[in-house]
Amino acid sequence: MNDEQYSKIVNNYAPSSPLFTDMLKAFFAGGILCLLGEFFRSFLISADFSVTTASTWVSIMVIIIAQILSGFGIYEKAAKYAGAGFSVPISGFANSVVSPAIEYHTEGLILGLGAKLFTIAGPVIVYGITSSVAAGIIYYIGGLLK
Amino acid sequence: MNYLWAFIVGGLLCAIGQLLIDKTKLTPARILVFYVISGVFLTVIGVYAPLVKLAGAGATLPLTGFGYALANGVKKAVEADGFLGIFTGGLTATAGGITVAVVFGFIIALIFRPREK
Amino acid sequence: MTKKTGKQTIIFNNPPHILSYVAVGGKEEAKGPLGKHFDTIFPDPYLGEASWEKAECKLQYSAVKTLLEKSNYLPQDIDIMFGGDLINQCTSSYFAARDLQIPLYGIYGACSTMAEALHLGCMAIEGDFAENIIAVTSSHFCSSEKQFRFPLEYGGQRPPTSQWTVTASGAVLVTKETGDIIIDKITTGKIVDKGITDANNMGAAMAPAAADTIKTHFEDTKLDYDYYDLIVTGDLGKLGKTLLDRLLKEEGIDLSERLDDCGCMIYNIDKQDKHCGGSGCGCSASVLASYILPMVKEEKFKKVLFVPTGALMSPLTCKQGESIAGVAHAVSITKREEN
Repeated sequence: MNDEQYSKIVNNYAPSSPLFTDMLKAFFAGGILCLLGEFFRSFLISADFSVTTASTWVSIMVIIIAQILSGFGIYEKAAKYAGAGFSVPISGFANSVVSPAIEYHTEGLILGLGAKLFTIAGPVIVYGITSSVAAGIIYYIGGLLK
Repeated sequence: MNYLWAFIVGGLLCAIGQLLIDKTKLTPARILVFYVISGVFLTVIGVYAPLVKLAGAGATLPLTGFGYALANGVKKAVEADGFLGIFTGGLTATAGGITVAVVFGFIIALIFRPREK
Repeated sequence: MTKKTGKQTIIFNNPPHILSYVAVGGKEEAKGPLGKHFDTIFPDPYLGEASWEKAECKLQYSAVKTLLEKSNYLPQDIDIMFGGDLINQCTSSYFAARDLQIPLYGIYGACSTMAEALHLGCMAIEGDFAENIIAVTSSHFCSSEKQFRFPLEYGGQRPPTSQWTVTASGAVLVTKETGDIIIDKITTGKIVDKGITDANNMGAAMAPAAADTIKTHFEDTKLDYDYYDLIVTGDLGKLGKTLLDRLLKEEGIDLSERLDDCGCMIYNIDKQDKHCGGSGCGCSASVLASYILPMVKEEKFKKVLFVPTGALMSPLTCKQGESIAGVAHAVSITKREEN
């Protein structure tokens, strides 16, 4: 039996994730999280915050709450159920910052906690900044052409 | 009405993420990176700003919103400062989120100990 | 003259005896069907230590300590100990032995390590290089998650093909003296790699190796397929077990009724939400010590072929896109016939 044939057999027998239920759970969990965020954002805007400032405050609140829940081990349990519903929003980013930092605290404050804090956040920031610079170049050239 | 849109748009963005996780075996870190880059891209082609207007937090909270904040910040900075804005705009606009995530994450990690699932 | 039979098998002239055995585990293992057979259960995943790595050391240390007490042996009575675990550079085994002062070989064979330890130990006894040896391995869910997967607080979903690293350690004392159980044959496995790259599907990566070793064992020994009452693989899990059965049938070997798997036996898989079952080198070791050996002793099974399997990879090779190699070693364990 060659590798390809074996791989086919494996795929035949391998249990697959219940895609529809998984997506439904992600939809509702992520939807409700965003809905709550929007309540808070509307409240801030009605209290004379600018739209950008209000959005930033909402993100900050979500980050703080997600990290506290991560510390108590609650975020991990909720995300196991909600899947992408809790990993795609900024709360998932916050969780990915704090979880390796907690885990590698035993390897010291600098190369343990300090370095590992960026295990998942690092790539996000690297590619985020790099693509923002690319966007900036496009905007700059666009401005020159005007 | 914008509450309903926040729910629907936020929910859909997460459901797409779930589809990617289940179907492509992409690791979560790759999905987050993919979302941020997509957010920047969608902003540049002018799709994401109307979505933020429509859905508010439904578009800003998913990590594509982080990409939107980066690109939008760069756009404003280029308009205000010219060439330098290319390098200052992105991080300036997202400084709040990143700083809180790092500093608060640091504090939480000092306090808590890993626990078994 | 070599004592080898066939391609990869050794049949011992003076089969080593298994004198006693110990299994220790954590609270998830206690909830499993074999929980009541464990010698010690540690409800605290840290075992009172400061890190997961130290916790695993203590797990292995306590397995050996309990084994010595149970069999009335002193550390100096043991000629060689063969210890293994999953953690980088085998630190769990080496550090556990710091306080034991028993001559030690640290070995690595991923989840197949217990078989590797028993093989080396039996050969040392058969070759008159040792009188008494200990084979011990351990794994810890938390230290393995940290090294191979994600931080424990990280919110993510485990794919349905994934397996749960067992928090347990198993230790076996093998001697030249007279015990109830003997190891009469061993078959060393070859590396078999069918190109599986998904680290969340180790059962699929290891099943071909198990099939190869089992087939070779029967070819080398020329035994009938119904010779063994039980053929128990290391930790293929639910999916791997199905695949093994299928692979053997392709070769015209039907063992369905006799096959079982340590990864499937250690947990109530569905109730405990363990996806495809248990894994880790503490898995086969603790199932061996808590269930298989007592069953052989009580003659519930007279002849057992114990085939721990290992998925050979590291977090680095996985990131480099390397496929996962599988290995399986077979140990024939039988009740000693009264002369």
